[in-house]
Amino acid sequence: MDFGTLDLNTTWFILIAVLFAGYAVLDGFDLGVGALHLFVKGDNERRTLLNTIGPVWDGNEVWLVTGGGALFAAFPNVYATVFSGFYLALVLLLVSLIFRAVAIEFRSKRESKLWRGVWDTSFSLGSLLSGFLLGVAFGNIAAGIPLDARGEFTGSFWTLLRPYPIMVGLTSIALFTMHGSIYALLKTNGTVHEKLRVWAPRAIWFFVVCYALLTIATFVWASHLVERFMSRPWLFCLAIVNLLAIANVVREIRRRRDWAAFMSSCVAVIMLLAICAIGMYPNLVLSAPNPEHSLTIRNAASSQKTLSVMLTIALIGMPLVIGYTSSIYYIFRGKVKLDRASY
Amino acid sequence: MDAIGLSRVQFALTAAFHYLYPPMSIGLGLLLVFIEAAWLKTGNALYHQMARFWTRVFGLIFAMGVATGIVMEFEFGTNWAAYSRFVGDVFGSALAAEGIFAFFLESGFLAVLLFGWDKVSRTFHFVSTCMVCLGAHFSAIWIVVANSWMQTPAGFHIVGEGASARAEITDFWAMVFNPSSIDRLFHTLCGAWQAGAFLVISVSAWYLLKRKHMDFARAAIRIALPVALVGSLLQLFSGHISAQGVAKNQPVKLAAFEGLYDTTSNAPLRMFGWVDEKSESVIGPAIPSLLSVLAHNDPSKPVTGLREAAPDPKDRPPVNMTFQFFHLMVAVGFGLIFISVLGLYHMRRGSLADNRWLLWLLVISVLGPHIANQAGWFAAEVGRQPWIVQGLLRTSDAVSPVLKADAVIASIFLFTAVYLLLFAVFIYLLNDKIQHGPDESDLVPTGKLARG
Repeated sequence: MDFGTLDLNTTWFILIAVLFAGYAVLDGFDLGVGALHLFVKGDNERRTLLNTIGPVWDGNEVWLVTGGGALFAAFPNVYATVFSGFYLALVLLLVSLIFRAVAIEFRSKRESKLWRGVWDTSFSLGSLLSGFLLGVAFGNIAAGIPLDARGEFTGSFWTLLRPYPIMVGLTSIALFTMHGSIYALLKTNGTVHEKLRVWAPRAIWFFVVCYALLTIATFVWASHLVERFMSRPWLFCLAIVNLLAIANVVREIRRRRDWAAFMSSCVAVIMLLAICAIGMYPNLVLSAPNPEHSLTIRNAASSQKTLSVMLTIALIGMPLVIGYTSSIYYIFRGKVKLDRASY
Repeated sequence: MDAIGLSRVQFALTAAFHYLYPPMSIGLGLLLVFIEAAWLKTGNALYHQMARFWTRVFGLIFAMGVATGIVMEFEFGTNWAAYSRFVGDVFGSALAAEGIFAFFLESGFLAVLLFGWDKVSRTFHFVSTCMVCLGAHFSAIWIVVANSWMQTPAGFHIVGEGASARAEITDFWAMVFNPSSIDRLFHTLCGAWQAGAFLVISVSAWYLLKRKHMDFARAAIRIALPVALVGSLLQLFSGHISAQGVAKNQPVKLAAFEGLYDTTSNAPLRMFGWVDEKSESVIGPAIPSLLSVLAHNDPSKPVTGLREAAPDPKDRPPVNMTFQFFHLMVAVGFGLIFISVLGLYHMRRGSLADNRWLLWLLVISVLGPHIANQAGWFAAEVGRQPWIVQGLLRTSDAVSPVLKADAVIASIFLFTAVYLLLFAVFIYLLNDKIQHGPDESDLVPTGKLARG
């Protein structure tokens, strides 16, 4: 397909942001449910909680796989620099994702208490660590990492564990836990629902505190992210929408309008990523201390030919994906009822 | 070992472990389509019971495939950053297409397959099973296309020089239909169908041996054995086509398959043997002229040897290793044809259940496709060395420049420990499901299914 004068690099910057936002909204609540898992006691309750994400978590994780693939294809230099530079952190992320995935499958296969305890723990820690490490990686990319003239990472594993990225990691956990607790409220009833009534507001407040601290930290350690907002004040509208969404989550949960709370939570997740993306553009990986070595949508991109082939693929594929993803959510709508086929 | 050698070890380890599962998903997916079709057509509850049982096994295998598959996608970047920069423009679109067209389809409908029994109609469940099967096959397409491009690159040009050189796509369809992709896709899929069919055969034969679930086992084996035979015969055919492609496009690899050093007409085919790479010779019983016939359909045509195709030994793969993997794959491939013919013969005569030695053979036959699949991939990938992208990029230039050997050692230990644990749990749970057997209650369809 010929896309004329369309700026393909910017288009792919947006599309990758969309894929990662899709991942955060969808697998975000899976990771959040995982984070809450150990707080819920009782085998039946835990099983119910696990089955709120049972039919959908796998499809949700595909957003990350596709996001990674799209990054590889559209901006191979970013993929190469970040993945090789963050080597050990990413290996840990993989191990966390592996344990999260297999624990869901394994957990209810045996009656033994020890067996279930082990996989419950691995499900929960895997989810927590996945959320944290994704946040840390993201925080590093946004705050800037040392790159050489060839765009290779010159830091070490410990470079990644600076205060700001760690705060982003904690905020990710908080965000996902809030999001997951509200999702789980929608999908459950009975005792586990009552427990979540208690946990959801706590998760929300945990997020609000983290978010406030992170905002301050951003002004201190990553002020370049807010520069564009300073020069184009209308962009603050997005920040206001974000704040209103978060405030609305608090309000709707108080009124027990879980659907409205969940929708607001989705908006909050999307807005947070949108604000980050706008703050980053046109950089994909910021180099600090040498900003001239940053990887941008121009110097890190594939050829125009590849970007346009991929856009064609995406334009054909995405409607299909949205079509069957929504039908799956429709088929599995309503509260979870455990049956023989459940996890 | 340095970061290059270690990264190769890690990639081989994680890829080989991952590749235990996708072939079973693809093959079992196909069998589930047949099983559910039989149920739709006949209404016989036995097929419902069979679909339920094998769906549970499918779920377990699929979960392992997903968990180990995401490692593969990340590893291109973590360990092979220079490679990723070089091929990203060409290879990335295939990987992205795999995500969009295959994984979403597969994982979405898997939910219905596993959990939708009481929520959707029979027909819709059948359609979902078909979609999962289709998605699994799609995922094979894109990854084999990408790998084939590394064997026989096409539809690209090189931009830049030295370390910053990279391949850029010029013709998408030429990249997709590069000279080896169709042959190798067909070969890969046949191997996957065999893996699925022999899994079902093995478990069913076990039940027949133990005289448990006899009707269930007989009915399953009646579906799986023909698939196994067709798959194995097609595999022989596709293997032949693939080898002719290798002879044409990758003469060094073909020479390594056979340990052929001198360019020879009436080149013989070794049944088995040993290559001495120092003295550049090979020993072992051979069938005269057969290699020439297989490679060029003509006994008098010469087959290019290593001394001509790669005069510098540095440009050759480890010959004996390639030879052994290749011959192992071929030997097992013939064995599987033999086993499925024998099984079908006795099934037709009705003497299968009384033939204990044959049933034992069928039980262990499940290992066959896995050995052949693994050996085949090792032959294909080791045989391409020292190149990671044939003729364009050497494996030694492909590794991440910032990667330290000790980091790779740490990750190898971690992956090995995790994978050993997962494999133990997988085998334990699989055995548990097999010992438990099909659920008697599945003979009565419940929920929406009861209403047809």
